[in-house]
Amino acid sequence: MKPSHTQTHVTERLWQSVPLLLLFLVASLVLIPLAVVLSSFVQSEPEVWAHLRQYVLPSVLWNTGGLLLGVGLGVLLLGVPLAWLTAVYEFPLRRWLTWGLMLPLAIPAYVFAFIAVGMLEYTSPLQTWLRGLGFEQGLPSVRNLTGASVILSFAFYPYVYLLARSAFLSQGQRLMEAGQMLGRTPLQAFGSIALPMARPWIVGGLLLALMETLADFGAVSVFNVDTLTTTIYKSWFALFNLNAAAQLAGLLAIGVLGLLWLEQRARAGRQYSVGISRVQRKRLTGWQAWAATGGCLLVFTLAFVIPFAQLLWWSASVWQVDLNARYWGFASRSLLIAASAALLVTLFGLLLAGVRRQYPNRAVGLLITASTVGYAIPGAVLAVGVFIPLAWLDGQIVSLLQGWGFDGRQFLVGSVWVMLLALAIRFLAVAFQPIDSQMQRIRRSQEEAARLLGASQGEVVRRVHLPLLKTGLLTALLIGFVEVMKEMPITLMTRSYGWDTLAVRVFEMTSEGMWERAALPSLLIVLVGLLPVVLLIRQTEK
Amino acid sequence: MRYCRILFGATESDFTSMNQIFKMTVVTSAVLALLAGCSKPADEQTPPDTASTAATSPAAKTIVVYSSRNEQLIQPLLSQFTQETGIKVNLITDKEGPLMARLKAEGQNSPADLLLTVDAGNLWQASQEGLLQEVGSSILTQNIPANLRDPANQWFGLSVRARTLVHNPDLVKASELSTYEDLADPKWKGKLCLRSSKKVYNQSLVAMLIDHHGEAKTEQIVKGWVANLATDVFADDTKLIEAIAAGQCGVGIANTYYYGRLEEKNPAIKAKIFWANQATTGVHINVSGAGLTRYAPNPAQAAQLIEWLSSDQAQNAYSNEDKEYPVLASVAVSPQLKAWGDFKQDPINVAKYGELQTAAVKLMDRAGYK
Repeated sequence: MKPSHTQTHVTERLWQSVPLLLLFLVASLVLIPLAVVLSSFVQSEPEVWAHLRQYVLPSVLWNTGGLLLGVGLGVLLLGVPLAWLTAVYEFPLRRWLTWGLMLPLAIPAYVFAFIAVGMLEYTSPLQTWLRGLGFEQGLPSVRNLTGASVILSFAFYPYVYLLARSAFLSQGQRLMEAGQMLGRTPLQAFGSIALPMARPWIVGGLLLALMETLADFGAVSVFNVDTLTTTIYKSWFALFNLNAAAQLAGLLAIGVLGLLWLEQRARAGRQYSVGISRVQRKRLTGWQAWAATGGCLLVFTLAFVIPFAQLLWWSASVWQVDLNARYWGFASRSLLIAASAALLVTLFGLLLAGVRRQYPNRAVGLLITASTVGYAIPGAVLAVGVFIPLAWLDGQIVSLLQGWGFDGRQFLVGSVWVMLLALAIRFLAVAFQPIDSQMQRIRRSQEEAARLLGASQGEVVRRVHLPLLKTGLLTALLIGFVEVMKEMPITLMTRSYGWDTLAVRVFEMTSEGMWERAALPSLLIVLVGLLPVVLLIRQTEK
Repeated sequence: MRYCRILFGATESDFTSMNQIFKMTVVTSAVLALLAGCSKPADEQTPPDTASTAATSPAAKTIVVYSSRNEQLIQPLLSQFTQETGIKVNLITDKEGPLMARLKAEGQNSPADLLLTVDAGNLWQASQEGLLQEVGSSILTQNIPANLRDPANQWFGLSVRARTLVHNPDLVKASELSTYEDLADPKWKGKLCLRSSKKVYNQSLVAMLIDHHGEAKTEQIVKGWVANLATDVFADDTKLIEAIAAGQCGVGIANTYYYGRLEEKNPAIKAKIFWANQATTGVHINVSGAGLTRYAPNPAQAAQLIEWLSSDQAQNAYSNEDKEYPVLASVAVSPQLKAWGDFKQDPINVAKYGELQTAAVKLMDRAGYK
């Protein structure tokens, strides 16, 4: 992208190098915690590793692989067909179901887990009732790998749903019409045209779901499934060995990085851009319409209505005791932090996506991919990785300031910036995936046309990229907001006094086994998280 | 000028709306971010309305407590302390691991005065990592028995939690029960329920067994337990006790205060406590406790808090509200706890649990106890 001859101004050149500098700044911020985690390899822990290798890792790796496979299949089977139906067809209740199917995003995975176990375990009202009817066997136990896969699929399919829907909405009808003219049935056209064109989105959503599964600790603990993450925590908390825990986390990060890089390579060289991206919905009739409505309603009920109803039920029994003026504070702080972190992470994501498009070479690509790996690392470990360098830096700043009369002990660390930074690092993937996928849709020819008409690089970004990225940006903001609302370990560890949020309340209750009392703050998290979902729908509905 | 026109005065309709929305979002979020970064958080620690007679003198301080004991359990005590002494307490809660990592990373600049945990193993680990300092206090050495505090006086147990057998009297008679070790016997096959090995309470229990019997025998015992399990291990004690009451299992091992909470809600609960090992070593006990952090900015006030927590009033609250046993021998337990009867406690120094914790965890892995 060379500047036109009339603009070989020095400032233009400097301005052009700003994105790359910003990239390095953001990447270094994000990569420092990873570097801290990986630096744990300097000191080896042979005893712990010998024990883990022999007694723990075989079953744990098997479980983790099985869980990834199960959740991967689950979110694809749920997310892609639902996205297709609601993007391309018209059937009864579609408008309403479109946003309804996104709502499970607002419910944290660990809340799903304790609701599922609470509703389906031996002592639950349901099972007790079944036993009363004479079914001694009752329902099969849900606290195993299968149960965890199913519940996590319901919890995470919105990622695939959101991103795939974005793809299907923006791909336009021309390709499908061309396919059908050449003799394909709608289903064949879907499989051979729409799916491949939507690949970056679908794979992006799938990767988000899988990374979140890897990093999850709360839900798998409730299900009693031992994964790599529970082993990381075991090494840290039980075996008193943070170093071994960091080494495991480092291996996890490298594995995820490898996976992401493979995906990049497979995607390289393909074009996903589309000329006109308006879609006219096709109205379904007869049994097809009712089947579509029925299928969507079923998923909506299972994934949202039932958990929400259970939360309401449990909250109803405790709200008179627990709900007090403090909850306003919790809710407003959750909102504040979520909004700020979402904005920060979307800006970072936009920057990375833009730079990736601008400099499509391997090194930059790898750097950017590495920046998004934080999503797969267990929250508490990432928090430590962020905290250690920040605390060190803070120590230096404080000793400097003490020379000028500063009498506090902490400067950065006591403020909310540490939390925002750690959250931005963790959720960078979530903002990056939608924006990057959407970038793929912008044709180079559109940019080049703008340049030919005299636009500078900045104008190209503002007048060509940003409007076309609207959906991607809003998706990034939405998911970022909801993710931060739900997040627990980083919030717990990096907060300073007075910054308790709703997620912290949930932690207080669940760590003592007070599940009913945990339902109240969980319900509030869901309700507050619903706001951006509704906002997003109104923006993307054409 | 041109850029401004584009940004604020766009003529095309679709990016008017996009720009407006984006502008709004950016401005709102920027304002929020600024507020977040610059705002002082609301003071959570407002003392109760009843007039505090304690002097809020110019010397009144604020101490910072890092606690793995949950907010709803410890806050009432801390509020009482503030009411009596005028010293405000800022509480930050989290799991023990992150708290200790945080203390370590903060180092000399840590604002924390006190570390509170719910078990002895983590307190031992904290002192091993050099995160605590010694408190020379005759009040503490008087109030707290020697086996419930650190021999080097870096941490102090403040309440005792007993981990003993809970059984369903319809399925398992009290006369059939005796010891933890006996639960490994094949006669209990399909009747035993246990909590996950991931929770520190079970790790401390196995550490105690290792101290008494050595690793080889303890491994046999744990393997026996695993073979007798009626169902998968539970994620928490409350669900375990409920399962026992519902008849899913005959007997299990749980902390007495979880039982106390359930019994308070439902006095007719179909589960009863049985004091294990009365003829042998005594019931396994653990402590929740506190240690003064090494770089505490207000060590005197923090030590004052620990002393207050070991005194009559706080010890009574531990018993009446939290259903735990006091460390202070002169305090009478609540009627509910009294009804459970007296029992012999294992006299081992609780610091041992920390020393043997890694061995216990590895042993549980080898025995297949998840």
